[in-house]
Amino acid sequence: MIYIDKNVCNGCGKSKETMCERICPGDLLFRNNDKKADIRDQGACWVCAACVKACPRHAIELKLPLQIGGNGASLNARVSKGETIWALKDLKGNVEEFKIKSWVDRDKEGCPALISEKADKV
Amino acid sequence: MPLNEIVLDMDKVKITRLKTDVLIVGGGAAGCFAASELKLNAPNCDCIVMEKAHIDRSGCLAMGINAINAYLNPGETPDSFVAYIKNEFMGVVREDLLYSIAEGLNSVVHEVEGWGLPIEKDRNGYYKMRGKRSIRIHGERLKPILAERAKRSGAKILNRVVATNFIFDGERVSGAYGFGIRDMTFYVIEAKAVLVATGGASRIYKPNNEGSARNLMWYSPWNVGTGYAMGTRIGAEMTCFENRFVALRVKDVNAPTGTLALGVGAKQINAIGESYLSERYECFGGRKCVTPYRLYATILEDKAGRGPCYLDISHLSDRERRKLKEDFLSMNPSIVLLWADEGLDKKLSCVEICGTEPFIEGGHSEAGYWVDVDRRTTIKGLYAAGDITGGSPKKYASGAWVEARISIKTILADINLNGKIRAVDESDIQNELQRITAPFYNHNQNSVTAREMEERLQKVMDEYAGGISTNYELNDKRLRLARDLLNELLGHLEFLRAENSYELVGCLEIIDRIEVAQVLVEHLFHRRETRWPCYQTRIDFPDRDDRFWLKYVNSVRDTSSGKIKIIKRNLQ
Ligand SMILES: Cc1cc2nc3c(=O)[nH]c(=O)nc-3n(C[C@H](O)[C@H](O)[C@H](O)COP(=O)(O)OP(=O)(O)OC[C@H]3O[C@@H](n4cnc5c(N)ncnc54)[C@H](O)[C@@H]3O)c2cc1C
Ligand code: SF4
Ligand code: SF4
Repeated sequence: MIYIDKNVCNGCGKSKETMCERICPGDLLFRNNDKKADIRDQGACWVCAACVKACPRHAIELKLPLQIGGNGASLNARVSKGETIWALKDLKGNVEEFKIKSWVDRDKEGCPALISEKADKV
Repeated sequence: MPLNEIVLDMDKVKITRLKTDVLIVGGGAAGCFAASELKLNAPNCDCIVMEKAHIDRSGCLAMGINAINAYLNPGETPDSFVAYIKNEFMGVVREDLLYSIAEGLNSVVHEVEGWGLPIEKDRNGYYKMRGKRSIRIHGERLKPILAERAKRSGAKILNRVVATNFIFDGERVSGAYGFGIRDMTFYVIEAKAVLVATGGASRIYKPNNEGSARNLMWYSPWNVGTGYAMGTRIGAEMTCFENRFVALRVKDVNAPTGTLALGVGAKQINAIGESYLSERYECFGGRKCVTPYRLYATILEDKAGRGPCYLDISHLSDRERRKLKEDFLSMNPSIVLLWADEGLDKKLSCVEICGTEPFIEGGHSEAGYWVDVDRRTTIKGLYAAGDITGGSPKKYASGAWVEARISIKTILADINLNGKIRAVDESDIQNELQRITAPFYNHNQNSVTAREMEERLQKVMDEYAGGISTNYELNDKRLRLARDLLNELLGHLEFLRAENSYELVGCLEIIDRIEVAQVLVEHLFHRRETRWPCYQTRIDFPDRDDRFWLKYVNSVRDTSSGKIKIIKRNLQ
C-alpha cells in the first residue's frame, strides 16, 4: 500500500495528468476533488514503488498493509541522474539510506526516468 | 479522473482510426525492444506501440530486476543452455525455439548495456556471474531505459490504450482494437503485421494474500492474459498451458528467493533446522534438484509437519546484509519494508518461504502461443514474442528481447511495405465497440462488478483446478467441476457493470481471465500423468509417463462454437 502525505502533495499543479497518475501500472491513482492525489483501492496496489519514484515532491511512501505484518515502517525514494536513493524508516523512526546505481550515461542524450510528461508529447 | 465520474452514453466514446505498417501490442520488455529494433532496421516502416499502462513502468519489469537470468557466461554454449532447460522441464520443450534464443542472448544484453543499463563487472572487466547462466545487474531503472529507446526510435507510442481484440477477417490479422482509458476513445488500428507481446496471465487463482494485500503478488497483476484471450478467440493455437508457473517466494511479500539462494548461498531449511533438500530429497537431486522440486520438497515438508520452511541467511555479515537489501530494493522493495517492520532488534536470520498461486506465462514456464522458429503464430499476420510465446521456458527478460529481434526480422521479411491493408468490416467495428462498452449500460439489480466475478473465478480455480489450498493437486473430478463452474460463470458476463473507464478495464480483464482459465482447465484435464510436480500434479495419475506423454498438449478454440479442441503434438 502507499501513503500520500496530503500536506506535501500539490496535485502536480495544473498538469493534465499528475505524475503519479501517469506512471501507476495499475491505473490506481487520480487527482481528487481537493486537487490532491488519491488511490482508488489500496488492496489493488502491487507495491511496485513506481509512484514513489515519480512524485516530484516525494509525497508518497510505500508501506505494508497490517494483514502481512505492516507496523508502520515506510520507504521513500528519490531519483537522481544516475542513482536511485532510498530512505527506509523503521518503527523507531531510524532512517537508513541507500544510494543505488541505476543508469550509466553512455550517449549523453538525457536520463530516462527524469524525463517527464514533456517526453510523452513527441 | 474523479472516482465517481459516470459515463452515461456511448456518444461519449469517440472512435479514432489509425493505420500503420507494424502494430506492437504491449510495450513491455519485448514490445519496447521490438519497436527499437524495427526502426533501427527499417526507419521508413511505420510503427505503433499500444500499451495498456505507461511504457516507462509497465509490465513485469516495473519494479526493476537485479539479474539477467538468461545469459551465456564463459563455458556455456547454446547446446548446454538448451540441454539444461530440457532437463529442467522434463523433456517437453521446444528445442528449436530455445536454441534460437540461446544464440541471441549475449548480443541483446550487450545492446541494452549500451543503452545505459549498469551491469556489475569484476576486476578484469567480465560480467559478474550470479549463476552459470545469469549475471548481476543494477536494474532498478531497466524499464525506463527500454522505454526511452522505444520513444526515441520514432515509433508512435499510445500509452493507456488497452487492446481488446484483433481485427480479423477469418483468415488474417490486420490490426487490433483498443480502448483509450484517458481519452475515452475506441481505437481501430489497422496494420500489415501485428506483434503481440502482452505477457502472461495473473490473478486467475486465489492469491496468497487476500483483500488489502491481494495484488502484492509475483507476476504483474495487470498482465491478465488478454493477448492469449485475443488469440484463442480467433483460433490461434496455444501450447503447454498446463505447465503453470508456481514461484517459490518469500512469504507474504513474494520477494524472489533466487536473490537469496543463488545470490548469497542461503540454504533451504525446515522448521527443525534440517537442510531438507540434501538430507531428505536426494531422490529428487538434493540441493541440485530442478526448480519445481525445490517447491515440491517444501510442500512435502509442510505436509509432514516440518514446516514452515526457510532460507537461512544467518551466515551473512552486516555488510552482506546491507548489500542484500540493496539488491532487493532494485527488484522488490517490499521485503526490505518487511524487515524494517519486524524491528531492527529482530535479527535477519531466516526468511520464511512458500509457493505462490499459479500463473500462466511463457517466460519462466512454457504456456503460450504455438509459434514457428521465426515467431509466426498459427494465424497469418500475427507474430508473438516474450512471455506470451509457449514452449521456450526460462528465457526471461533477455529471451524476450531475442524473440523481439527474431519476430521483427520475420515481419520485415514477410510484409510488403507498399502493399495495401485489408479493409475492416464496419460491422466488426460496431460489434467490438458494443461488446466492450456493454458494462456501462448494466445498472439493474442483477448486475455484478468485476471484483465480484474475480472472487468467484479465483475461488473456483483455487479449489478445483489446483490452487494453493489443495497444494496444487489436480484430479479428474475436480477439473470437471472447474469446467462446469467456469461455464456457469460465463453466463454472468452479461451482467458486468462499470461506472468509469477504470472499472470498464476491470470488466474486460475478467472476461479475458475466465477465457484463459477455460483453456487452462482443458489442458490440465488432458495431460493424464504428472510431469512437473506442483506446476501440474495429477493425484489420479501420479507418475510421469514417457511412453505416452513426451508430447505437447496444444489447443485451438473453435471460432464459432467456442469449444476448445485439444491437439497432441509430437516433440520437435
Ligand atoms: C516479479 C518478476 C521478477 C522477474 N525477475 C527477473 C529477473 O530477475 N531477471 C530476468 O531476466 N527476468 C525476470 N523476470 C522475467 C521478465 O520480467 C519477463 O520475462 C519479461 O518482462 C517478459 O517480457 P514481456 O514483454 O513478454 O512481458 P512484460 O514485460 O510484462 O510486458 C507486457 C506488456 O504488455 C502490456 N499489456 C498487457 N495487456 C495489455 C493490453 N490488453 N493492451 C496493451 N498492453 C497490454 C503490459 O502493460 C506490459 O507493458 C521477472 C518477472 C517478474 C514478474
Ligand atoms: S505526483 Fe506527488 S505531488 Fe503530484 S499529485 Fe502525485 S503525490 Fe501529489
Ligand atoms: S506502488 Fe505501484 S501499484 Fe501501488 S499505487 Fe504506486 S505505482 Fe500504483
